[in-house]
Amino acid sequence: MISLCSFPLPPVNRREALRYAGARAETPELSLLLDAVLADITPHLQGKVCWIDTPIRRQGDILDLGFAKTNSAALARNLVGCDRAVVFAATLGLEFDRVLARYGRVSPAKALLLQGLGAERIEGLCDVFCEKIRQEAQKNGCFPAPRFSPGYGDLPLSLQRDIFRVLDCPRKIGLTLNESLLMSPSKSVTAIIGLGHPRESSCSGGCNQYSKTDCIYRSTP
Amino acid sequence: MNILDYAKDHILFLDGGMGTLLQAQGLPAGQLPERWNLSRPEIITRIHQDYYDAGSHVVSANTFGANRLKFSSEELDAIVRAAMAAVRQAAAQSTGTQPKWAALDIGPLGRLLKPYGDLDFEDAVSIFAETVRLGVKYGADLIFIETMNDSYETKAALLAAKENSRLPVFVSNAYGEDGKLMTGASPEAMVAMLEGMGADAIGVNCSLGPKALAPIVERYLQYASVPVLLKPNAGLPRTENGATVYDVSDQEFAQDVSRLISRGVRIAGGCCGTTPAHIRALTQAAAAIVPVPVTEKDMTMVSSYTHAVFFGEKPIRIGERINPTGKKRFREALKAGDMDYILKEGIAQEEQGVEILDVNVGLPDIDESTMLTDAVAELQAIIDLPLQIDTSSPAAMASALRRYNGKPMINSVNGKQETMEAIFPLVKKYGGLVVALTLDERGIPDTAQGRVDIAKRILSQAARYGIGKKDLIFDPLALTVSADPGAASQTLAAIRQIRYELGCHTLLGVSNISFGLPQRDILNGTFFALALGQGLSAGILNPHSQEMQKAYHGYCALMGLDTGFEAYLSYSEKYNAAQPALASGPVGSDLHQAIVKGLKEQAGSLTAAMLKNTPPLTIVEQEIIPALNQVGQGFENKTVYLPQLLMSAEAAKAAFEQVKAAMPAGNAPAKCPYVIATVQGDIHDIGKNIVRLLLENFGYAVTDLGRDVPPEVITQKVVALHAPILGLSALMTTTVPAMEETIRQVRKAAPWCKIMVGGAVLNPEYAAAIGADYYSKDAMEAVRCADHIYTQLMQKRGI
Repeated sequence: MISLCSFPLPPVNRREALRYAGARAETPELSLLLDAVLADITPHLQGKVCWIDTPIRRQGDILDLGFAKTNSAALARNLVGCDRAVVFAATLGLEFDRVLARYGRVSPAKALLLQGLGAERIEGLCDVFCEKIRQEAQKNGCFPAPRFSPGYGDLPLSLQRDIFRVLDCPRKIGLTLNESLLMSPSKSVTAIIGLGHPRESSCSGGCNQYSKTDCIYRSTP
Repeated sequence: MNILDYAKDHILFLDGGMGTLLQAQGLPAGQLPERWNLSRPEIITRIHQDYYDAGSHVVSANTFGANRLKFSSEELDAIVRAAMAAVRQAAAQSTGTQPKWAALDIGPLGRLLKPYGDLDFEDAVSIFAETVRLGVKYGADLIFIETMNDSYETKAALLAAKENSRLPVFVSNAYGEDGKLMTGASPEAMVAMLEGMGADAIGVNCSLGPKALAPIVERYLQYASVPVLLKPNAGLPRTENGATVYDVSDQEFAQDVSRLISRGVRIAGGCCGTTPAHIRALTQAAAAIVPVPVTEKDMTMVSSYTHAVFFGEKPIRIGERINPTGKKRFREALKAGDMDYILKEGIAQEEQGVEILDVNVGLPDIDESTMLTDAVAELQAIIDLPLQIDTSSPAAMASALRRYNGKPMINSVNGKQETMEAIFPLVKKYGGLVVALTLDERGIPDTAQGRVDIAKRILSQAARYGIGKKDLIFDPLALTVSADPGAASQTLAAIRQIRYELGCHTLLGVSNISFGLPQRDILNGTFFALALGQGLSAGILNPHSQEMQKAYHGYCALMGLDTGFEAYLSYSEKYNAAQPALASGPVGSDLHQAIVKGLKEQAGSLTAAMLKNTPPLTIVEQEIIPALNQVGQGFENKTVYLPQLLMSAEAAKAAFEQVKAAMPAGNAPAKCPYVIATVQGDIHDIGKNIVRLLLENFGYAVTDLGRDVPPEVITQKVVALHAPILGLSALMTTTVPAMEETIRQVRKAAPWCKIMVGGAVLNPEYAAAIGADYYSKDAMEAVRCADHIYTQLMQKRGI
């Protein structure tokens, strides 16, 4: 069964939004601009998520997710010890794209800040959702693996097609996939959260879990 | 019997859920249910028959997702044929004695339409059309368009149904808990658009249970003049012992839906989670309910993709600024295809509070059809106001109406037979509120009565096309008072007669009244107030005119149309604040500082002030360029962040705009043409826009082709402008091949052109491998790179 819920978004992490926009500090001028952007966008943001709970089986190098199979080694590593997974799609809604397009016409500076803010907001939504999953899993003595999305490591982006089919994303949360496997609304995430037995694991793995140390968006050195 | 005739006197019962029943029969999640029409026809037929046995008049074939995005043409044909046959067979086998009809079911395509998705509107129409033609071929009695959560896609489906069949069409939308479609439309907006286009019944299905949908249904009942349909879910799903169950029982469902039938719903069934038991309970519970008559709602409304605007006591302001008449700058922008200029005019008017935007892009030497359609598409992408499509060309009108996402205003028709014959069929097909000018073959009558007589003739002619008076709004025409001192009073008398004797709405292009006289605003404002007093419903006006806004806000406040004086108080505050801005601000090197700090408004006003006593080029050379260089160097030294660089660039642009306005035409300084685009398949354009802004600041004549641009279009532009530099952007690995192909085509057609590329997926090596001349890692590097190319070019030319 596909579950569906709207979540309230967490408080804005301004530092994080600015970091995504390429600013490592908040100057007074940036502060004013970010306030203006927040005033425009906040009434329009949604926090919709749809998800399923699916069993995971392993057949040699192949991971069977119930609705699709993959031989991704990176996902296999991520799912070590997990026999189930939550597969979810989350979106901030289409109005974000409309405001962004409007800014694109009148103010590239605002567009850049909104882009950064959108990244911060959708990550925030995913964190809220993952926390809910963590709490529910814990009741059953399970722990979530860090969320893992198509396109991470060797997990192909084409898995998006399977995820969209099984989650019925267009109907459930108004999220669509185009021919280049891009999602609309643009500020959306699909991911897999493995559920396994007690081990060192957290939902927000952060940048430290990845080996690419020269990423300009890396949050920690 | 024709279903529409039957529906006049009866409640029509639809069927219930299909997908949920198929899953219960073993259809795996994520599999396409339509294939079962071919592989498990007995199951499909059985479910249909159960619904007919339960009392459904209409059973929808299992064709919800039957379209060519999911199936080949051959398979699609077979699926629709088998689907319709299954319904026919079920009807034949059913023990039910009620009249039975078979619907071709059409659900959403699962892809978002442009500009926010990648599916073109016409492609969507064509995909739906193929399914519609198959439905007709295999004997559907009606077309049921359902579960649509995007207004634009709904329009595409309805258009396809209308253009490819004569069958009745029912249209049902899926609303979220916020009472809107996923893409933002309100129930009123959907009622306006769908009724305008001639849907035979409209309503809501899916998403929620009957209780939660009730408020949305009530809104349909309030505004719709066609039968309203309801097909709710059996509440919300939950998992019980591994199976999906819905929380509304058949009896509760039947009670809830019956209550809404008593309120006026005329067509009812169920969606996800409902079963033949739900439908049986419903047909029994509602059997004794006397159908509530469907009544004509005398409401004049237009809509955008989000909301409807109603014409009534409160006047409507229609912004007139998107119109090249008498505006040199606008004409230049149109000729250059500068859509940004048009969009900024739209946004500026929206900020002044107008309810509707007039869109006129008519110029003798442009392709008006394409320009108008593009302008409508671009405006409705970023502004949620309804549009008034304004053209004298029926071809341009048809093209723009087709692409409009909502029910537009149509400007205009008049008493000339030829015009009515050209425009009324378009109004009938696409829907719209049409502006009718009270003139005919003999011109504009001098008297009010003469104009009212024309209005009457237009009304009766419109009625022949099935266009009622609520979809006409009359413009009794304001003639210049300087030519005829009685002009204003005749127009005012005509407004009153049309409003109160004919019961129709009126509108005026107000400003013509003052032509030839000084301080026209004073006369316009007063005339507008007088016209409002006579019952004028809407004014086409310049919303930046204080006199117009004063008349509007004063009128609403005085006539009790502004609850708690909220709008008036807010306006008066802004009015006070606007006054000191007229005084000149400080002058001098503050401009440098304003640009460095990224203060856009200040940079603009300081430049305007400086221009009074400083030559334009001096300001550019001594203030703007040094400030930009300072910020640019700061960015390169990592002491200034990208958003700050952009704020400064925007401030510099505001300063440049003042400078340009002060310089003789064609004398603006430019280094050389520069063509820029995001390549085909890629819709990311923030980076490209940043590069463009900086290049403009540093003196390049940038032609921005936008995003998702085909190689041929880019090549043609480079050749046409003989551009020495082309900048290409790509953000995804999947679109780098499109970049490579673009480079290949440009190389062949324009060997002189230097090509620079940028974007997240590229690096210097990758750029070289796909044949680019230069790679820029950020916007400042792009400027330096362009300067390098430009300097070489000048040296080559010996300059």
